[in-house]
Amino acid sequence: MTTLIWIAVVLLAIAGYLLWTAGRLDRLHTRLDATRAALDAQLLRRASVAQELATSSLLDPAASIVLYQAAQAARQAEEEHREVAESELSQALRAVFAESAQVEAVQQAPGGDAAMGELVEAVRRVPMARRFHNDAVRAARALRRHRKVRWFRLAGHAPFPLAFEMDDELPAALADRVA
Amino acid sequence: MRIGIVCPYSWDVPGGVQFHIRDLAEHLIRSGHQVSVLAPADEDTPLPSYAVSAGRAVPVPYNGSVARLNFGFLSAARVRRWLHEGDFDVIHIHEPTSPSLGLLACWAAQGPIVATFHTSNPRSRAMIAAYPILQAALEKISARIAVSEYARRTLVEHLGGDAVVIPNGVDVDFFARAEPKREWSGASNGGAEGETIGFIGRIDEPRKGLPVLMRALPEILAERPGTRLLVAGRGDEEEAVADLPEAMRDRVEFLGMVSDEDKARLLRSVDLYVAPNTGGESFGIILVEAMSAGAPVLASDLDAFAQVLDQGEAGELFRNEDASALAEAAVRLLADPARRAALRARGARHVRRFDWVTVGADILAVYETVTAGAASVATDERSTPRFRFGLSRE
Repeated sequence: MTTLIWIAVVLLAIAGYLLWTAGRLDRLHTRLDATRAALDAQLLRRASVAQELATSSLLDPAASIVLYQAAQAARQAEEEHREVAESELSQALRAVFAESAQVEAVQQAPGGDAAMGELVEAVRRVPMARRFHNDAVRAARALRRHRKVRWFRLAGHAPFPLAFEMDDELPAALADRVA
Repeated sequence: MRIGIVCPYSWDVPGGVQFHIRDLAEHLIRSGHQVSVLAPADEDTPLPSYAVSAGRAVPVPYNGSVARLNFGFLSAARVRRWLHEGDFDVIHIHEPTSPSLGLLACWAAQGPIVATFHTSNPRSRAMIAAYPILQAALEKISARIAVSEYARRTLVEHLGGDAVVIPNGVDVDFFARAEPKREWSGASNGGAEGETIGFIGRIDEPRKGLPVLMRALPEILAERPGTRLLVAGRGDEEEAVADLPEAMRDRVEFLGMVSDEDKARLLRSVDLYVAPNTGGESFGIILVEAMSAGAPVLASDLDAFAQVLDQGEAGELFRNEDASALAEAAVRLLADPARRAALRARGARHVRRFDWVTVGADILAVYETVTAGAASVATDERSTPRFRFGLSRE
């Protein structure tokens, strides 16, 4: 009799532990979704501001076309090409705003100061959002690779989390500005 | 935005983390946010209106020294009540890996959690053993901030994942506008004969590096006999000058503990600020303060210092613990007013990125990134004893 009780106790303890782990995993997946949504929002915001600047005639025509093209491509990219398209937008922004003279010229135009402020805010937040997302990916992966999670299929059908890898280096002339 | 900040160390003990939290809270309140700081404090400690006491910290031996920490049932209950009453949009935990309020808050809360890692101690054995418990609490943090690239690197090595780098903030104008004091100034600033060298830090803490500076002093005085060394900080003054030749002891002036105002005035007055720290620094706020006050800086080449000084561009570096390298650099700088003026100008431009205006905007951007679309902070029912004994359901 006592053996049966002990077996029941051990089973209950295991079940409790698995339940707790499932809870942890669930929380990690929620965090993953939230950070991914935040990253999406920041990327879209950056592309919109870049496109707005490109069509605002605050920039010279050549720079406008380069920026417009990159921003358009980033917004329309399919999921599997998105990392490349967003990296290309970073490169285009770096090329256009390489000199602080260009930044100052835009700021002096009517409405340019506000547009530039929005751009600075957007380009500074993309790397933040991406790091938070990749950090969540790393935490979720570490737990999902664990034996207890794989053997008991605690992750259900949730897709294996993937990091978002892109070039998000800021344009030199914007790096020191206050958002 | 309703912001809850958790301070792990006693409010009544002065320290870098506490000052950072005080300045951050005041900056956020000035920008129109609601802020509540939860901090350990004795019952009779006067607290500012935005701070809430989490009870007295208990001294316990931890990690090789006696640390004052908050833990246990009562503290956990206080943390939970604070979370419940505050109804915060975001909570900002400082030092979440120290076994104190930060870790408790991390364990008891759910929702948008931001954490700042100030120091990155190498992983202790206790931490490795506690890793599974720690991991479950730390994985709730939605955004990690490291105070320097160096702190970020150690964080990534020890805990994995990633963090954004936001430096500690300094009120640059407070230091830039301080009035220089005549008796602390060198001859070039309208003071007495010779130049003055400044040092601020605990005298009896060897890692602050005063012994290195004391070893270098005879060499400096041999070249420039008029030089005076001004030391601000608490500790045994007799012991500090014990190894110095009798005749040189009057070249060292001890100012004891100084107020914030006097610290700024001292930094405004000296001809050279020396930071000979030998280790244990993850940021180096004093260097930023010295540069804000326009003092040329000479510092040991710790990773954290090299980064604050822009790899030697904004201030000069000498080889760590090398007293003769320190003496050689100090003599060269004291003899070269043009170089010191160049360092002053370079430093004044460089510190703008550490001003609260920049740092505060970055921290707010982190808050906004993690709160966008998220629910507010709540207590995590999974961490209450009731749930752990299986008596409650979600």
